[in-house]
Amino acid sequence: MEKRKIEVLVGLFIVGALAALLLLALRVVGDNMLDGGNSYRLQARFDNIGGLKERAPVKIGGVVVGRVDNIVLDGQSWVPVVEMVIDSRYSGLSEHSSAAVLTSGLLGEQYVGITPGFIDEEEGTALLKDGGSIRDTKSALVFENLISQFLYNQDNK
Amino acid sequence: MVEFLARNGRATLNHLAEAGRAGTLLFRVILGGYRLRRDWSLLLKQLYMVGVLSVAIIVVSGLFIGMVLALQGYNVLVDYGAEESLGPLVALSLLRELGPVVTALLFAGRAGSSLTAEIGLMKATEQLSSLEMMAVDPLKRVIAPRFWAGVICMPLLALMFNAVGILGGFLVGVEWLGVDQGSYWSIMQAAVDWQDDLLNGVIKSVVFALVVTWIAVFKGFDAVPTAEGVSRATTETVVHSSLAVLALDFVLTAVMFG
Repeated sequence: MEKRKIEVLVGLFIVGALAALLLLALRVVGDNMLDGGNSYRLQARFDNIGGLKERAPVKIGGVVVGRVDNIVLDGQSWVPVVEMVIDSRYSGLSEHSSAAVLTSGLLGEQYVGITPGFIDEEEGTALLKDGGSIRDTKSALVFENLISQFLYNQDNK
Repeated sequence: MVEFLARNGRATLNHLAEAGRAGTLLFRVILGGYRLRRDWSLLLKQLYMVGVLSVAIIVVSGLFIGMVLALQGYNVLVDYGAEESLGPLVALSLLRELGPVVTALLFAGRAGSSLTAEIGLMKATEQLSSLEMMAVDPLKRVIAPRFWAGVICMPLLALMFNAVGILGGFLVGVEWLGVDQGSYWSIMQAAVDWQDDLLNGVIKSVVFALVVTWIAVFKGFDAVPTAEGVSRATTETVVHSSLAVLALDFVLTAVMFG
């Protein structure tokens, strides 16, 4: 009986260690803020996403409303397509909304900022639905390009 | 003058002899034909004594170390608006250094000392010589299971320590201080590399496991068979293995990340 108990505990110990390894290896955390039913997906095509990564936040006016779910390169147009999962509490964005890859702080992480567009009540503006695409996008600022532009402008003066 | 030289020479010779005995012990334990299958129950008991009973201290320490890292790191990072980098800070410090090293130090205190005391007391009460009288090799029967149990358990304990520490950092950083949770994990994932960080950390803890367990079983086996000798051997186990771990950590870090 005593031996049985020891066997079970050692088994538990090994399983616990393997679970720790698994957590370290995959580091998947359940993102319960945005699970299946309470979210919808949007797409946006950027010319350049800079250092944007999957799971980066999507913000409207600084408030986190969703996460970047997937980043793929469109094989035909060679343009990165960013798929975002947005909390369905924030549905009803106008299709004139724009998205930009922004940086929090000088050295901070990059995120997607969405600026809500206008809704023309008389003409009837379409709203962004699940799977919809934001057309008006602004790429990430690439620091090197910025500097070279600055130097170029200096030379022209 | 001659007496002074002789004293020094004697001390040196004693140390060398001790090193030789330790080397022989390690050699005989590793190449001694220890059969895992036949002696499974002996190993199992030691896995329980050395591993399972150490889980509590490892998990609690890991949690607190992770939480302190997050708290201290946050205070510095927030000045530069870089508190999103808390994830990699916590994960890299734990995986590369604190996980293997602190686990080894705790392990030396928790399990190493008890190994030494147990084996030393067996020697003092002549249980080891009785085994030899019965033609049972104490190295195979007593030392080898304890040695292998230590070597197996410590890397596993270090993995637990790391995982719990990262969760502790998550608790403080994200739940309490309000770092964005997506950033915590995603920047961590971007910064942590399989081979550079996780694998090197595991290699470190395997090396520490070998050294700490080796010192522990050798000090017990080599103890002067008196109450005082066992007490001295236990102290030496903790002191020597802690020093060895810290010194080796520097060397390994220089080789791996230098």
